[in-house]
Amino acid sequence: MNLPLTGPALLPLGIVFGFAFGWLLQRARLTDTEVIIGQLQLRDCTLFKVMLTAILVGGIGVFVLHSGGLAAYHIKPANLLAVALGAILFGIGMAIYGYCPGTALAACGTGSLHALVGVFGMLAGAAAFAFSFDWIKAEVLPVGALGALRLPDLAGIPDLEWLAALFAVGFGALIISDRRKRL
Amino acid sequence: MSTSVEPRIDAPVGLGCNASKASPYLMGAGIGVLSWVVFAIADDPLGITTALSAVAGFAAIPFVGADAVWHNSYWAQNVPSLSYGSLFLVGLILGACSAALASRQFHFEMVPATWRRRFGPSAVRRFIAAFGGGAIEMYGARLAGGCASGHGISGTLQLALSSWIFTILMFATAILVGSYLFNGNGSRK
Repeated sequence: MNLPLTGPALLPLGIVFGFAFGWLLQRARLTDTEVIIGQLQLRDCTLFKVMLTAILVGGIGVFVLHSGGLAAYHIKPANLLAVALGAILFGIGMAIYGYCPGTALAACGTGSLHALVGVFGMLAGAAAFAFSFDWIKAEVLPVGALGALRLPDLAGIPDLEWLAALFAVGFGALIISDRRKRL
Repeated sequence: MSTSVEPRIDAPVGLGCNASKASPYLMGAGIGVLSWVVFAIADDPLGITTALSAVAGFAAIPFVGADAVWHNSYWAQNVPSLSYGSLFLVGLILGACSAALASRQFHFEMVPATWRRRFGPSAVRRFIAAFGGGAIEMYGARLAGGCASGHGISGTLQLALSSWIFTILMFATAILVGSYLFNGNGSRK
């Protein structure tokens, strides 16, 4: 079997991998908008705990796979203006909606009807983007376009040191925040 | 400060379906391992909005006509089709649904409790906000090239500069706006 798989052989795995992701999101309670809003109010750090662990475990494994030639990186370009504007719009939208796109779709499966209404909003937002794409491509994407940079390219600090620093800072902050809540 | 009773933050307990939730660290590690698998087997990192945009192409056909979709420059590069990505979204919904049914947490929800305390019980108001919030969020995700999965997990774990900028700025904004929306004193109910 040659990896990665392509074409029709890959299609059924879309369902399988999606199923696993949806299952994990629901078991972590991230399909509950109260947990997402709780994170934004900094009273329930479930979302940060899940994301930080996923980044660290995923980061180490994908780094090893990539070093062994078994996985390719997919680095999104650092178009600074587009990424910054997009992040701000996304943050505003997420606070109002109470879900990010992945947890929203998963929440539809758990019976959240307002999540479903928001999915139609997301489809409308995607269409609005598609119809403004020519303008965005000409006027926004080129501003501050630094290319597909990685953090290790920037500072000359190797991958595993970045991940170790992230581990120390991230879990340090989570443990302190949990301890303060228990007092 | 809000005078309402905050939901208790439970310590993580157990893995099984009878627990109200699994450990967030364990579930996060599971998502990390799933990342290894999708990188190695599918060569397609976990992400939602690229595939959802392609689906939006299909959804737009009744409104703007097939020609407008097939000749659109964005959908020309992100072609609406039955793909790995769109099937991933189907699997995502099915997986969450199965987990909710297995743990007896499936329930229909129109207006979540925190929203109700702040903005009242109107489902119409909540639906308008969800639609608008979803639209703004999706436009931002496409502008930035990813969402909380594509940038926030898959991109950050590859130590991509764009993804770290996106994730930090996105959470900073969401925390500011979320606190403004839900922490205020003027609760109506």
